[in-house]
Amino acid sequence: MTTLTNAISRRTALKTTLQTTAGTALVLSFDLPQARGEDEEPVVNPLTSWIKIDSQGAITLSYSKSEMGQGISTSLPMILAEELGADWKDVRVEHAPSKREFGPQGTGGSGSITTLYMPLRQAGAAARTMLIAAAAQRWSVKPADCQAHDSAVWHGNDKLGFSELVEAAAKIPVPDFATVALKQPADFAIIGKSLPRTDIPAKTDGSAIFGLDVRVPNMVYAVVARCPVFGGKVKSFDAAAAKSMKGVLEVFEIEPAKEAHSCGGVAVVAETTYIALQARNKLKIEWDEGPAASESSETLRKEFRRVVDSSMKVVLNEGDLDAALAQAPAEKKVACDYELPFQAHATMEPMNCTVHIEDGRAEAWAAHQAPDMVQMVVAKVAGLSPEKVQVHATYMGGGFGRRYQADFPTEATQIAKRLNRPVQLVWSREDDMMHDFYRPASYHRMNGAVDSQGNITAWHHKYTSTPISEWFDPKAAPESSELGLCSQLPYLTGSYKLEYAPAKSSVPRAWWRSVEASVVGFVLESYMDELAHAAGMDPYEFRRRVLGPDRLVKDALDAKDRPLDTGRFKGVLQLCAEKGDWGKPMPAGQGRGIACHYAFHSYVANLAEVTVKNGAIKVDRIVSAVDIGVPVNPDGIRAQVESAIVYGLTAALKSEITIDKGRAVQSNFNKFTTLSMKEMPRIEVHIVESSKPPTGIGEPGLPPTAPALTNAIFAATGKRIRKLPITAGDLA
Amino acid sequence: MAISFELNGQRKAVDIDPKTPLLWVLRDTLNLTGTKYGCGIAACGACTVHIDGEPARSCVYPISSVAGKKVTTIEGLSADRSHPVQKAWIAEQVPQCGYCQSGQIMTAVALLKKNTSPSAADIDEAMSGNICRCGTQQRIRSAVLRAAAEVRG
Repeated sequence: MTTLTNAISRRTALKTTLQTTAGTALVLSFDLPQARGEDEEPVVNPLTSWIKIDSQGAITLSYSKSEMGQGISTSLPMILAEELGADWKDVRVEHAPSKREFGPQGTGGSGSITTLYMPLRQAGAAARTMLIAAAAQRWSVKPADCQAHDSAVWHGNDKLGFSELVEAAAKIPVPDFATVALKQPADFAIIGKSLPRTDIPAKTDGSAIFGLDVRVPNMVYAVVARCPVFGGKVKSFDAAAAKSMKGVLEVFEIEPAKEAHSCGGVAVVAETTYIALQARNKLKIEWDEGPAASESSETLRKEFRRVVDSSMKVVLNEGDLDAALAQAPAEKKVACDYELPFQAHATMEPMNCTVHIEDGRAEAWAAHQAPDMVQMVVAKVAGLSPEKVQVHATYMGGGFGRRYQADFPTEATQIAKRLNRPVQLVWSREDDMMHDFYRPASYHRMNGAVDSQGNITAWHHKYTSTPISEWFDPKAAPESSELGLCSQLPYLTGSYKLEYAPAKSSVPRAWWRSVEASVVGFVLESYMDELAHAAGMDPYEFRRRVLGPDRLVKDALDAKDRPLDTGRFKGVLQLCAEKGDWGKPMPAGQGRGIACHYAFHSYVANLAEVTVKNGAIKVDRIVSAVDIGVPVNPDGIRAQVESAIVYGLTAALKSEITIDKGRAVQSNFNKFTTLSMKEMPRIEVHIVESSKPPTGIGEPGLPPTAPALTNAIFAATGKRIRKLPITAGDLA
Repeated sequence: MAISFELNGQRKAVDIDPKTPLLWVLRDTLNLTGTKYGCGIAACGACTVHIDGEPARSCVYPISSVAGKKVTTIEGLSADRSHPVQKAWIAEQVPQCGYCQSGQIMTAVALLKKNTSPSAADIDEAMSGNICRCGTQQRIRSAVLRAAAEVRG
């Protein structure tokens, strides 16, 4: 069977697919066609696609990724503007349409800057070269004697504005992107500067348009009643009461869509959202709840324990684990279990999508991380070819991975097919929280040992979870989406054994901010702290020691992925420890913890300071150090790290999704609680100076957050937290 | 029967089910979409508006109770983003996704109307009912302090 994702992957020449590790599944690895010319792509003229210069001197730069608050609508144009020689004051930005020349639009895996930094520099440099060539012709001088800056080409004191040159420049042959001359980093005027984000003003006066804010003439609103039990279906329904309500237009059943993992259900179309919601309450539906109805958090926990107690797949086995464990004295051994729950994305804007199908064409308005995927989905469900579908990408009220799914565009298109007018599908908060694709729940059994010098002699990790890969492809290796740094451990170990087996569960799951790193970061860095304690060493010094000599470490299961650099690991640890006053004495009841992680090719160390009083935890300060290569927009980077830390603290201290009778117990923010202003620590973010190629920062700040916190709690109280979220009883 | 109220300085009359929450009247009837739907149960603050100058959760506020009152939404704060809170939000680069920020700003404006010299604890108390999943809380603190300084002059 050809899956939707495979079809999209081929179309957009992705090198990675859903079946590889989850972290890279979110469209990480691609090249703009003009960058390497590997597909049969036409030469793209940057002055007719990416860069538009009008006669008044306004420079409009396109960005091909979706804005969900990560600042990509500023940082990508900054890269283009830098090489172009634009004055940032003249720059406007606009979202690029779903067209091949702009490459894939999928936005995730912290991959936008990683993948587009060099192609956009090349595109900007090519445009600059063309503008300079046009000016040199006009002046009859050598291009080499001209420079471009401040939105103009200069020859000595002579100057021609870009707007005067663009018409001639656009006709000049496009230089080879691979060899076009790039600026020297020392000459950067824009990259590396903290520039105000282009999208922020409209987000202070209500004028920014999110998916739910789309208003199209003649539009109506729809909600869907879905079976609360995962995988359940409509058996029968009585819509009489709902249909009798004033303002209700249509009630009909929609089918589940297997590829999109949409639930199906009963759609109610009405004149307003409120009427649709009220009418949905009046539906009488008999559900076929299906086999998931017997699942609960308790049954899943039993399943986890059954799996770790049984024979599991040996994924990695280096050195002689059994001998190392046999030789270690009892006080140098550490055996413990860690446990993490399902988590909902809980974006502030619930899922929604607006679709209008008319006269063999469709238009869709979507707050989505992959508008080009929405184009495919709408086309498929509507029975149209993709070029007949126009997608308008709106701002997203949060993404975090949830808005990479096809379920809500599928439902909206199913409903629009039945109507001859535009329809906005609205998910209530309850719909959103009870029908998420959750961060997998997992269970980890650890056993290992250290020696008297502080070396790790044995490390055994038995890992089970409700794997993402299996949800999307039953034939995929279940561990392929779950392991993260477990197969690329930066620490030296005398012996290392990694085992994995999936746990059975009907709960939908997929990519949640930082994906498997949110799990693996907690387990590895908690266990490192426990090993340090067993070794009688300072946890920071212990990490530095077992990181070993500076070297490159490959992913044992993915030799093609770029190796991590233990020197850069030590760099962020050291900066974090210095800025975070590591080693400075603290009063009783307070503690400091540190943790570091590598995800999406970025290095982050976080330090937490906590006060624990009468069993209550107060997080006082988080200090973060990040190494992501060249920092494009430093204030934007700090904002993303602050963001990931708060998201991580909520998951450590507040939120979880538990399961009862095959459904999510938490359905709104009264039960799925988040870090409030009163609980908010001070956060300090420090960026390592670097000239390395830049990598992403939307997610990497999250994984070391929870372990820094729980390690700090241990320092303050001597109590280990091995199950998240931390509950009131844990420290009583 | 039509329900009349004042919205951002203009008279409005809507003929609608009186139980309809103000939020949906604003968004779906009047197409004024700056006020956001987040939870529908007054648990997140994204729908915060001012009713007769007091912050209110429009998602649970029936339109019948708005009759004769003055409603201010994010769109009514200023014509040109010149309100001190809006200026501070831009200066401190607060919003990320931005979805909760209408509610955050309206809550902050209400705080500063009552208290132009809020302490850190006052700010935390006033802003604790507004959820932000992007983690802009630290910048909100800074922005409220900055706006307070401008309000005091």
